[in-house]
Amino acid sequence: MWEYTDKTKEHFLKPRNVGEIQEPDGLAEVGSMACGDALKLTFKVDESGKIEDARFQTFGCASAIASASALTEMLKGKTIEEAEKITNQEIADYLGGLPKEKMHCSVLGRQALEQAIAYYKGSEIKPKEGEVICECFGVTDKEIERAVRENNLRTVEDVTNYTKAGGGCEGCHDKIREIIANVRSEMKAPVKPKLSNIQKIREIEKVLEREIRPSLQSDGGDIELVDVIGNRVLVAARGACAVCRASQRTLKDFVEVKLRELVWPELVVEEVPQ
Amino acid sequence: MRTIYLDNNATTRVAPEVLEAMIPYFGDLYGNPSSAHSFGGQVGRKIGEAREKVAALIGADPGEILFTSCGTESDNAAVLSALSTQEGKRHVVTSRVEHPAIKGLGLHLSQKGYRVTEVPVNRDGILDMDFYEKSLTPDTAVVSLMWANNETGVLFPVEEAAEMAKQRGILFHTDAVQAGGKIPIDMKKKSAISMLSLSGHKLHAPKGIGVLYVRKGTRFSPLIIGGHQEKGRRGGTENSASIIGLGVACELALRRMEEENTRVKSMRDRLEAELLARIPKSKINGAPSNRLPNTTNISFESVEGEAILLMMDELGICASSGSACTSGSLQPSHVLRAMGVPFTMAHGSIRFSLSVYNTDEDVDFIVRELPPIIEKLRSMSPFWTPEVGVCATAAG
Repeated sequence: MWEYTDKTKEHFLKPRNVGEIQEPDGLAEVGSMACGDALKLTFKVDESGKIEDARFQTFGCASAIASASALTEMLKGKTIEEAEKITNQEIADYLGGLPKEKMHCSVLGRQALEQAIAYYKGSEIKPKEGEVICECFGVTDKEIERAVRENNLRTVEDVTNYTKAGGGCEGCHDKIREIIANVRSEMKAPVKPKLSNIQKIREIEKVLEREIRPSLQSDGGDIELVDVIGNRVLVAARGACAVCRASQRTLKDFVEVKLRELVWPELVVEEVPQ
Repeated sequence: MRTIYLDNNATTRVAPEVLEAMIPYFGDLYGNPSSAHSFGGQVGRKIGEAREKVAALIGADPGEILFTSCGTESDNAAVLSALSTQEGKRHVVTSRVEHPAIKGLGLHLSQKGYRVTEVPVNRDGILDMDFYEKSLTPDTAVVSLMWANNETGVLFPVEEAAEMAKQRGILFHTDAVQAGGKIPIDMKKKSAISMLSLSGHKLHAPKGIGVLYVRKGTRFSPLIIGGHQEKGRRGGTENSASIIGLGVACELALRRMEEENTRVKSMRDRLEAELLARIPKSKINGAPSNRLPNTTNISFESVEGEAILLMMDELGICASSGSACTSGSLQPSHVLRAMGVPFTMAHGSIRFSLSVYNTDEDVDFIVRELPPIIEKLRSMSPFWTPEVGVCATAAG
């Protein structure tokens, strides 16, 4: 059984705003019965440009119903500009969080919102952009890219939890992995300005202290930064690490991976003899 | 809140008689059944009696009963033994609707280079016997087919299938975890079944005890190595209390077999008939006339199973669903998909499984409480058009 928050359960058992607004200003239908969840969203906008009423109909599990109920509550009283900014994470947060396997329910809510606003603005409902990657659930590369970017997703499993992509035949897992790698490398690139040698040493020391030493020390080991020359990070193993046969692997698989992720990606960790 | 438990294919209540029989072996009678002293030996004797009772339930010889830790272990031990005693053969035949214990093992074996054939079923969950017969080859080491399906209760003609395997010199294993104690099983001399799995907690014994029946004369290679227990066929100090409890449970099951097939069956039939009559667009999954007496699997169109389960949970009703959302996967149950149940129906499937501990009041309660739940969820569903009472996408 899923661990739902009390708020999720409450919105599931007593959903707000169930139904359909006649002659709505905003209208959307997303998902399908084959997929296992579907959502119809309608809203009405008053003269001041604020959403005065929003209603939903849902076919889906408890978290799909709760997410739709939450979304309609969040919409009321908002201007279209404010409503446009609602993210799937905010829908989940409104409910006090959703189990990660159920995040796709909140994504469905955001998709419905987007479509309903497009309907309101009179803009054509865009046919799905991009190329379908997951044939089983009809998810495109654009949708996957967006989910990865907005929710900082790292694995195929994450992507499946948020978008359903990859949850069927699993034939698209390689493509999803590729998309994650591309998006993540784009995300990282601009935030890493060139570092001076002193900055590098400072940053490395910080990461060693915060991320690396605690786990080495729990095994009786330690590590010391000896020098930085260009991309070469020279370190010395101390304590149990100095005599441990696996220390070379620890350096490459753990220390180097962490430093590359958090300091700069081209660095190479080298062990210097004591 | 009263618990209305209709999830007996998931697990069952430990019968009070079983619990009572077990308690001394957690207390004063803690001896090791293998010890030379009589303090341990008395436990060994009790295990011997339990072995006789288990054997009696399935018409076997006590020497053909191995105690294991669960049904999954029994399934694994059977198939892996068949493969390791016939090293030249690299093919396994099973079905598309097996329990994960066999399905997962099949996947594992296919990754290890074995060829695994999954025999399909038809819309009613009935095994395709022509396909089955054609899939038996000289390279086939073992067939593993479930006796009764855990989700739908549909029975496979395992005796007939075993006979076909035997004629070709192929070992036949059946996962009888759901069938054991619910329908008569007789491993008499002329049966062609070589191995059979049972699980204690499906028949009112505790969790953590299983049985593998291995027909006399069947070559066997143990899964758990390193102990003399079970004549070297399953190492590890015996789970004395649970084995003794299982003996009592099997004795009770044999005695209650008729009740299972009359009173329990009639409660199941009434539950099913009343729900179908009160809830439009509902349908039974699985051949109605060829099922376990205690199981019904019903689909309610336009609603989602997890939502039904959670609303029933609020009322203390325990059941299961084949919907995707319940399991955490995104696709509905592999059993319903193999049967070609449309996704629109598979997502809204609920399994009720009864036991001798259920009462007419339980059935009355569900018959009263479930229709409004379905109605409430349908009123929220964009696919449901109340005026005509049909699903808007039913045609599509």
